Amino acid sequence: MMTNYGNRLTQGQFSFLPDLSDAQIKAQVAYALHQGWAVNVEYTDDPHPRNTYWEMFGLPMFDLKDPAGVMMEIDACRKTFANHYVRVTAFDATRGWETPRMSFIVNRPVEEPGFRLDRTEMAGRVQRYSVHSYAADKPAGERY
Amino acid sequence: MSITTIDRPSPLPRAGEGGAPAPGEGAPFTDRVPSPGPDGPPSPACGRGQSSTNLEPASGENAQDLRALYEQTGIAEVLAQLDDELIGLAPVKERIAEIAAYLIVDKARRAQGLRTGAPSLHMCFTGNPGTGKTTVAQRMADILHRLGYIRNHQLVSVTRDDLVGQYIGHTAPKTREVLKKAMGGVLFIDEAYYLYRPENERDYGQESIEILLQVMENQRDDLVVILAGYKSRMDVFFQSNPGMASRIAHHIDFPDYSADELLEIANLMVSRIDYRFDADAASAMRDYIERRMRQAHFANARSIRNALDRARLRQAARLFRSAMKARSGDAGREALMTIEGRDIRASRVFSNPVTATAER
Repeated sequence: MMTNYGNRLTQGQFSFLPDLSDAQIKAQVAYALHQGWAVNVEYTDDPHPRNTYWEMFGLPMFDLKDPAGVMMEIDACRKTFANHYVRVTAFDATRGWETPRMSFIVNRPVEEPGFRLDRTEMAGRVQRYSVHSYAADKPAGERY
Repeated sequence: MSITTIDRPSPLPRAGEGGAPAPGEGAPFTDRVPSPGPDGPPSPACGRGQSSTNLEPASGENAQDLRALYEQTGIAEVLAQLDDELIGLAPVKERIAEIAAYLIVDKARRAQGLRTGAPSLHMCFTGNPGTGKTTVAQRMADILHRLGYIRNHQLVSVTRDDLVGQYIGHTAPKTREVLKKAMGGVLFIDEAYYLYRPENERDYGQESIEILLQVMENQRDDLVVILAGYKSRMDVFFQSNPGMASRIAHHIDFPDYSADELLEIANLMVSRIDYRFDADAASAMRDYIERRMRQAHFANARSIRNALDRARLRQAARLFRSAMKARSGDAGREALMTIEGRDIRASRVFSNPVTATAER
């Protein structure tokens, strides 16, 4: 985080690369659909690394054949939550997997203040560390 | 709602075949969408280089061989199949051949780098019940897929129930859900005039129509919408929704079948399920069709199919009764296949006066 230029959030696939273009997102979603995975759109304003479960935007999209439908939903989510993190996950329901197989960010706030490291002194000079999002100091909904 | 995936090509190899897939494995990082260009016509310069490569004759000359394109895409087979499977419907077949020709020419123009607007492919099929609207819509999906105007070979068939919700705020998500599922293919809206109910001004159908219109206009590359319904009621529907009428380029009217055509259809139907008429049954069937056509609730080919279903029922009962009586219980292959005249003549159509309304 300290060495991450501009405090860009790096979670999920492709997060060290420049933001994906719509055509690139479409290609990734097409891949997920061809694998038979259900694609979901999720958003959050609390991107703490341990915050695994983001809010879902609409229902998971089962039975889709074409990425155009997912793009519709992504655009709607970006419009509603323009200044939130939005990610796309692809869920594999195959027995044995039953887990998201892909996850990447498709929208981020203009300003990303990043995280700070909190050190807490415990008994016997033991140090405890935790990660704290600067944005999370403000109440939910006003963070970005 | 029913989703018919007629034939699903597998453009990418599935993960897990040959070697364990890496967790979180994604597609190769690429700018290219693995589908035939939804981004509109390529510029002349790149059009020559990319999209024309597989359309041109091997010599690489400039001329577009329409015949080769026609044969390559397999449109001929679809049209021939249409001809075989559907009796009559001459004007419909003509229109479909026209549309196919237009699309082929459009494709050739594109390959030549000529400017072409994205063709508007939304259609409206009007006609009485049982005239083959759904079947033709399926063939249409076939044609559009072969020419690359839709990416998925699927037809999503919906009615008002699938699009319109029951309370405020229910309609939009429902309609969007259906649209998302149909993306990249054909959305077939049966009895489309039910979407608009003029007698109830608070009906949610209007909301659904607005969302449909928006997608029909903005995502012409992604979705082809086919509306179907009775002629007179669709006319009313279009009058009250001029936006819808102007966005639909192709109006195809399905004529009613003549008695001869219906008899031919009956023959085709029985032969397809390994039955046959004996000589008496054939003339009984002709009689039946003529009487049935004059009665109420006549639904063209669908009525014929129902009549045949009932004839098969009677044939089975007849065979069973005679087997019980004879105590031998043998039924020859021939007997099992044959529908006799009395199986058809037992129908109530023959006993009722012509004005009767019940379809029996």
